[in-house]
Amino acid sequence: MSTLTLAARDSGTMLRRNLLHMRRYPSMTLLLVGVPVIILLLFVYVFGGTLGAGLGPTGDRAEYANYVTPGILLITVASAAQGTAISVAMDMTEGIIARFRTMAIFRPSVLTGHVLGSLIQTMLSLAAVTGVALLVGFRPTANPVEWLAAIGVLAMITFALTWLSVALGLVTKSVETASNLPMPLVLLPFLGSGFVPTDSMPTAVRLFADYQPFTPVMETLRGLLLGTGIGSNAILAVAWCVAITVLCFLWAKALYNRDPAR
Amino acid sequence: MASPSRPAIVATGLRKSYGDKVVLDGIDLQIADGTIFALLGPNGAGKTTTVQILSTLIAADGGEARIGGHDLTREPDAVRELIGVTGQFSAVDNLLTGRENLSLMADLRHLGRAAGRRRVVELLEQFDLAEAAGKPVATYSGGMRRRLDLAMTLVGEPRVIFLDEPTTGLDPRSRRAMWQIIRDLVAGGVTILLTTQYLEEADQLADRVAFLDHGRLIAEGSPHELKRLIPGGHVVLQFADHAGLDSAAGLFAPATRDDAALTLQIPSDGGVGSLRSLLDQLDRASISVAGLTVHGPDLDDVFLTLTGRPDNERAMAR
Repeated sequence: MSTLTLAARDSGTMLRRNLLHMRRYPSMTLLLVGVPVIILLLFVYVFGGTLGAGLGPTGDRAEYANYVTPGILLITVASAAQGTAISVAMDMTEGIIARFRTMAIFRPSVLTGHVLGSLIQTMLSLAAVTGVALLVGFRPTANPVEWLAAIGVLAMITFALTWLSVALGLVTKSVETASNLPMPLVLLPFLGSGFVPTDSMPTAVRLFADYQPFTPVMETLRGLLLGTGIGSNAILAVAWCVAITVLCFLWAKALYNRDPAR
Repeated sequence: MASPSRPAIVATGLRKSYGDKVVLDGIDLQIADGTIFALLGPNGAGKTTTVQILSTLIAADGGEARIGGHDLTREPDAVRELIGVTGQFSAVDNLLTGRENLSLMADLRHLGRAAGRRRVVELLEQFDLAEAAGKPVATYSGGMRRRLDLAMTLVGEPRVIFLDEPTTGLDPRSRRAMWQIIRDLVAGGVTILLTTQYLEEADQLADRVAFLDHGRLIAEGSPHELKRLIPGGHVVLQFADHAGLDSAAGLFAPATRDDAALTLQIPSDGGVGSLRSLLDQLDRASISVAGLTVHGPDLDDVFLTLTGRPDNERAMAR
């Protein structure tokens, strides 16, 4: 069997294992979808009137629902990444991982199984959150091609953050730490253009907000879904996603190959 | 006896340290194909580390080893194709059912769909798990979990099996059942490296036994050979009162007396001749004995003789 067939076959087996886990214990998935939905409802119905007025002379709650949805989608991705870190860290405490290491299988398949499983889980969560956003007034103007592109952008950032959270799940010794480490990811959309335009922020915060990875991703999504300007954000978004994916993949692989010394 | 064919496991000079702590200090092993080899020693002797190295889980700091002719470090995947490992810590997926666990192994061993399903059904039957096959492993008892663990190891029909303390924590009945499973496996031609802290287990199962203490092998041989190393057999006499114990202790000079239990332990080969003469001596001295038990030499005696200290761990475990 060639390395590639072996890789695909074993990754597929491990993916089935992870999907079974998710199907049997859906509470984690529900929790991960719950967080962004609550934030969405909070920001549209509690803060939305005031924040919408700040968007411009015609701004109102309905316009704010449009503005905030890309940020909420990234919160969904970040929240799911937290779940991935937890499940990887939990998995590593299980004896079965030692068994996998002594079998003639594609070695990183344990990790690729987690990544593919999380990718599927996150895309489903994103669909659910988008559904709720549509219910509360999100009115995208995208054509089918733009929709596909938006889904692609979301898949890319999900892929990148999933590898990051796999590495975070491996680097920690305890499940508790694993659940805390990805927390800042949930805050990043706030410290970017997710909830209010960055030019309303003080200089120091604005500089951070303009140059952090989530902002170009959110701006690209906004452009694709709502027809605002994209500019160089698309290139930046792709570059960030590729860079994070490659670095975190190498990091996770190195962590997994460490001697599992007791 | 084992055939003089190529040994299943050969290791020379295996060493491993964690920081300053030397765990393995140069281990040599040669295990014949189709035999059970028991690695015996107290906690911290290096048994688990030896298994972890030989099963490719961790790398040795020094030394070489070959399993079925394949070098551990140069051809780890060839070794992994041959081996199966059941560790001390249960290596099952608690979130899946018994059947799903076995199917997972069948898929990872790349059995075809039909062959995999057949093997899973076969193992569920063989290990008495058919009834619980659809239940999550989290609900299994300790014995069931251990059986599933071993069944998962056997899915790919490994030629060399490592069993790290396979009966630790099992009740006596489950332990006997596990012993029978192990005997059946060897009858089928596989080679087993077993670690245990129970001398009786090594005595019952192994063709050869090695004693591991502080990362070194301090003795190796068949259980029979090892028992011959030391004259550990004895007779224990039980008395009704101190007077009887006193007079008997005077009669048998090298004996060990236990005043609390009113017993006297006398070295003996346990043969009929020596027993008769012992009873004759007691008769002549008109000493009445409440009870008599004969103890053949066992591996506990071997351990005590070899290490010069009692097997503390075992004493505490009781």
